[in-house]
Amino acid sequence: MKLKKMVPLAAAVIIVLGLISGCASNSGSSGGKEVIEIGSQSPLSGSSATLGDAIRLGAQLAIEDQKAAFEKKGFTIKLKDLDDQGDPKKGVANAQILASDKNVLALVGHLNSGVAIPSSEVYEKNNLAMVSPATTATVVTDRGLKSVNRICARDDFQGPAGANFAVKTLKAKKIFVIQDKTAYGSGLAEQFRDQAKKLGAEIVGYEGITVGEKDFSGVLSQAVAKKPDLIYFGGVYAEGGLIIKQARQKGFNGPIMGGDGLDSSSTVQIAGDAVKGVYLTSVAGDVTKTEKGQEFAKKYKDKFGKNVESYSAYGYDSAAVILKGLMNAINDNDGKKPSREQVEKAIRAVKDYDGVTTKVSFNDKGDNTYAKVYIYNFEQAKYPPVQKAEISQ
Amino acid sequence: MLAHIIQNLPQVLIDGLTLGVVYAVVAIGYTMVYGILELINFAHGDVFMTGSFIGATVLFLFMGMGFLTALPALIVFLIVIIIAGIATGLLGVGIERVAYRPLRRKNAPKLIALITSIGISFVLEDSVRFIAELKTGNYIVTAPSIFNHRFTLSAHDWFPFFNNATFQGSFILVLAVTVVMLVSLDLFVNKTKWGMAMRAVAQDRDTASLMTINVNRVISVTFFIGSALGGATGVLFMIQYGTIDPYIGFILGIKAFTAAVLGGIGNIRGAMFGGVMLGLLEMFAAANLSIITHGAMGAEYKDVFAFIILILVLIFKPEGLFGKAVVEKV
Repeated sequence: MKLKKMVPLAAAVIIVLGLISGCASNSGSSGGKEVIEIGSQSPLSGSSATLGDAIRLGAQLAIEDQKAAFEKKGFTIKLKDLDDQGDPKKGVANAQILASDKNVLALVGHLNSGVAIPSSEVYEKNNLAMVSPATTATVVTDRGLKSVNRICARDDFQGPAGANFAVKTLKAKKIFVIQDKTAYGSGLAEQFRDQAKKLGAEIVGYEGITVGEKDFSGVLSQAVAKKPDLIYFGGVYAEGGLIIKQARQKGFNGPIMGGDGLDSSSTVQIAGDAVKGVYLTSVAGDVTKTEKGQEFAKKYKDKFGKNVESYSAYGYDSAAVILKGLMNAINDNDGKKPSREQVEKAIRAVKDYDGVTTKVSFNDKGDNTYAKVYIYNFEQAKYPPVQKAEISQ
Repeated sequence: MLAHIIQNLPQVLIDGLTLGVVYAVVAIGYTMVYGILELINFAHGDVFMTGSFIGATVLFLFMGMGFLTALPALIVFLIVIIIAGIATGLLGVGIERVAYRPLRRKNAPKLIALITSIGISFVLEDSVRFIAELKTGNYIVTAPSIFNHRFTLSAHDWFPFFNNATFQGSFILVLAVTVVMLVSLDLFVNKTKWGMAMRAVAQDRDTASLMTINVNRVISVTFFIGSALGGATGVLFMIQYGTIDPYIGFILGIKAFTAAVLGGIGNIRGAMFGGVMLGLLEMFAAANLSIITHGAMGAEYKDVFAFIILILVLIFKPEGLFGKAVVEKV
């Protein structure tokens, strides 16, 4: 009988011990040098983990590249990576964690616009500068927050660029639009729809789906029955891949187009052969096209054993812009650790930074004036797709 | 407007039937457990999900060993579905043994068991997620596609007011396997000794135990059958849709539970009917809602539509379509 009672007790003890050891923190300064942490927030688990992890690893690589320069100034820089799970609630909770850690002076963050918007309210209150590699929703920077910057293009540029390509180059006259009801998906789909209408295409349907479902045949049979020239999907690859696959099963052989949410190797994995003939607009350029990019891809592969994803280089450039701003702030502050306000101003003031994939200059809203939109096409069922066009503002 | 809806009807029926039979088999798991224990086993949706993952694992193993090319796809499929069914059946028995039986022995209120089942559901979701993302860091699993031959149902040739409908080979498979499962379950419950014991326990547990029925064993068998059917359906789902993740059990579980209530909870034939009806309603709404409302409500309101119908049914027949109004035993 005694043994029976011991078992749960032992289990409880083990759990408590595990919790304690898991929480053991490693803050504070190391080796007499002052610690500066760069936060990172992206989905490391969940359905967009492939993209989120690429951002984190890119940022980590940038920090390691410049570690030595900061050591000379007497600072140790570190990455503090948090998992926002692509969930706004989790993003805000993490934002509070970052804001309360005095060593964190800026962050690389957010893949999803829906997460970045509420989280940036917390950053703004705490003067914590955010540089996003991937949030494209217009409202992210349109609120005019001092702390919010991004190096990628906006949806009101990405959506219309896609529409221009669909109507002018692909000659689509009847377009069926599907969106996933998130801030990102519906924002992009609306921008696309409005521009396509303006160019004289007929929108034969505008429908929403629920994120997390697997069966989209209802919407798709409606779409296929209307015989569109092109189906546009505003959303992310988890649903996008299935929509592509199920649309092809229903006998739709025309082009399917999407935004940067489809720009992932998982799209190919989910959709399989059906992915042929899919076009996507992306705010991320193909890094393997330039020499600098190839070098980056090689270094990334050596370091992490993974191939670069679309956002790896953007994660790298976001972190590098932050570090450039930080270095300027340190210099302006006579080599002492700058305050968050100083870092925030210095990052916004970065001009003509020449990164791995993009040049960066922020305008007064925090948008990158050099941001471009790229158009890709899956000619084969493999990732990455072939770059078809490059459109600058 | 009407012409458009009718044109699409064959395709909607096919898609709705596919989804509906999946709901139906999962709904049976809810209804059987409720019938016997008056417990809503919320973990059942996740047993279904676990089944799909076990199926995917076995399928990948077979692929690694080259079975998929050596054997006909149908035989591979049967082996996979049987392994997944047995494994989830045992999982169901295990859950009952570990989580529900101790509570029952202590005569805990039914609410406690309900909360426990929600807890089990979280445990299952996150353990499967943990295992699935161990290797790739990505828990969305894409299964190798088999039975993806496309068929066209030339409805247009027979009835000129219909459009042609297309479906995959897996549709026939899903339909055939679920019908076999449903019919054999019905025979099992109504014609065998064990089925009679189950019905006896459902009617009155104490009296049944006086008639030399081993109540705990009957409950174990119920859990085994319900979970095995759920897990096998998980495999069907994986083959039909190709992609699975650890959270598919949640939405699907809720809908299957709804189907069970619609048919009258505790009634197996009711659950079958409720599942098919819910699938058809949902698919009909997804395809036609914006046509009916002239674009005011899009396909995203399909669940609202389906659930409004559910509420209407329950207002007029609170015991469900097939349920019997039970007089409270005093």
